Amino acid sequence: MKTFRIGGIHPKENKFSAGKKIQVAAIPKQVVIPLSHYIGAPSEAVVKRGDLVKVGQLIGKANGFISANVHSSVSGKVTKIDVQLDATGYKRQAVFIDVDGDEWLDNIDRSPDLKRECNLSKEEILEKIKDAGIVGLGGATFPAHVKLSPPPGKKADVLIINAVECESYLTCDHQLMLEKGEEILVGVTILMKALEVKRAVIGIENNKKDAIAHLSNLAKIYPGIEVEALKVQYPQGGEKQLIDAIIRRQVPSGRIPIEVGAVVQNVGTTFAVYEAVQKNKPMIERVMTITGKDAPNPGNYLVRLGVYLQNVVDEAGGVPEGTGKIVGGGPMMGRSFMNLNVPMAKGSAGVLFLRDEEAVRKPMKNCIRCTKCVTVCPMGLEPFLLMNQSERNMWPEMEKNRVMDCIECGSCSYTCPSNRPLLDYIRYGKTTVGGIIRSRATAK
Amino acid sequence: MNLILISLLTLGIVGAASAIILYFVAKKFYVYEDPRIDEVEAALPAANCGGCGFPGCRGFANACVSADTLDGLNCPVGGNDTMQAVASILGKTVASSAPTVAVVRCGGTCDHRPRMNEYDGVQHCFIAHNLYSGETGCSWGCLGLGDCEVSCEFDAIKVNPITKIPEVDEDKCTSCGACVRACPKLLIEIRKKGPKSRRIYVNCRNEDKGHIAKKSCDVSCIGCGKCVQVCPHEAITITNNLAFIHDDKCKLCRKCVEVCPTHSIVELNFPPRKVKEPLTPEGD
Repeated sequence: MKTFRIGGIHPKENKFSAGKKIQVAAIPKQVVIPLSHYIGAPSEAVVKRGDLVKVGQLIGKANGFISANVHSSVSGKVTKIDVQLDATGYKRQAVFIDVDGDEWLDNIDRSPDLKRECNLSKEEILEKIKDAGIVGLGGATFPAHVKLSPPPGKKADVLIINAVECESYLTCDHQLMLEKGEEILVGVTILMKALEVKRAVIGIENNKKDAIAHLSNLAKIYPGIEVEALKVQYPQGGEKQLIDAIIRRQVPSGRIPIEVGAVVQNVGTTFAVYEAVQKNKPMIERVMTITGKDAPNPGNYLVRLGVYLQNVVDEAGGVPEGTGKIVGGGPMMGRSFMNLNVPMAKGSAGVLFLRDEEAVRKPMKNCIRCTKCVTVCPMGLEPFLLMNQSERNMWPEMEKNRVMDCIECGSCSYTCPSNRPLLDYIRYGKTTVGGIIRSRATAK
Repeated sequence: MNLILISLLTLGIVGAASAIILYFVAKKFYVYEDPRIDEVEAALPAANCGGCGFPGCRGFANACVSADTLDGLNCPVGGNDTMQAVASILGKTVASSAPTVAVVRCGGTCDHRPRMNEYDGVQHCFIAHNLYSGETGCSWGCLGLGDCEVSCEFDAIKVNPITKIPEVDEDKCTSCGACVRACPKLLIEIRKKGPKSRRIYVNCRNEDKGHIAKKSCDVSCIGCGKCVQVCPHEAITITNNLAFIHDDKCKLCRKCVEVCPTHSIVELNFPPRKVKEPLTPEGD
């Protein structure tokens, strides 16, 4: 069975919410929809205080190429546009809406019927995806239309659908494939049309055998779509790792996947593309996993964007006793939430309750040069060296050692027998070196 | 006997030949160095802190000797006396500059800024800052993990364990600026020390709108502008909801301190104010 060739780890899976039906979460009294994204320029608000909005109405306009539209996920009245502490840990602009009923825009098709045929041209599809504000749902929330418009001279020959879900605990993509398999496949054909590629591969890790069987069965009538079972290995969901695993091409350092003729989209994104193109439904909700060893109701929930973490947690039975940290996303790459008054954004794939004893950091010891971190690094870097250089502020050396290639998967910190916070230091170095590179580019 | 003679001779010849070669090499690769550089270096405090912007004291001495005027060159550690000594060695003139000191612009102690979460990651400000905005609701304020303390070569800045805010020891601070560069929140500023160490400054860096700032910290600057109105010397400006007192214009009249509704303007080393006698009510 295929997997990527460099590094990788296999953390304990703990997929407690696997096979749990997607439940629709209740709409709370107030939502706060963040206007900024994890990557790219923040959107510009196009509504003002006192405006009445409907579900699906545009409230934030994309500001620049790498940016995405933001739509209202509820109907009601805009109470204010103000800063709100969000999942990034910083205060950013957001639109506060008081919910009143659940009135949708008329052009959104809310029927559950499958719509297979798509007669739109490539440009029309891209336009629809862009208007719907679709971003990558894998976590990085990179605008989908940017990935689908390759730079001039570059041509993709294969579309890879990331259904790996390599983070332990998370099951939202798994459940989505089981329940919305047909829709996802239609989404894949739409993406293939937008990219003008003949081949698409859906990569699924082998711990989701039911999803592999289900999708392979459905894919028989869709020409060009294959389903590939992959060996379970973290971080297979990384773009470059997945390309290596499926088509055995390595993306050169500092380049993007289109250089090797591949485009990767998350399976959740593919479903959102289907809904946007076929049903005119912008990105206003997503499936989230709420889980944890002590979670009262681990499961998969369909949550509207901008709902407070408090509401999401209440939906799943509250915070269990002895919770040390609540993590947004999976345990490997997720960030801890600062408090329960944080709105859910497009990139929120999960809510994970960690017990006190799991959340605690073990005391750091000296590096014993065992090179475990080098062995597991999926990008072929030397994490121990980068950490030392980051501690000593050796930025040019870090750049030479390709710190910018780090995908921040956390495999090094996970595997270190001396509990060294490798990723924390490397991430700091990466931010600083990135800043230096950007300022050098603008100086030119 | 013969053996000793031969060894002595061989060594002697090798030595003499090397001496001749070294002599010519030294002539060929001779680098002229102004002797005044050594003199200037001797006059400098030898702290090698880099506060002047040059790599060490010798780098600064080199710059002083090669520069036409001493404008813009200043040794913050040595201050005026050192610069006068340097000027007299070089036969140049130097304008005397007011002594400066580092000032931490955050008053968000534990009483004023309630904690919202607990940070248990790497105990360095720059790592915490890279992750999120901090343990309190104020995303501008001090993280209290002491990067400034580590950066200080003179043991002059210490994080108070009770308030979790760094405090500057004026006698030890040389205003070299190492802490300014170490602080990821840009809280520390080099300000004029002022006569008798008397200073007035805005003890806050919060650029949020007033109501948000006030919610996250009792003593934050809310940008209300009262200080700007009351200042007779036009020394205060407000940018991005944050007041700033320009120390070159401030005459230390303390009017702004009295009107500040959140007590975010701080006065240091002033004698206590005269308390106005409260009017005694008539009758019983």
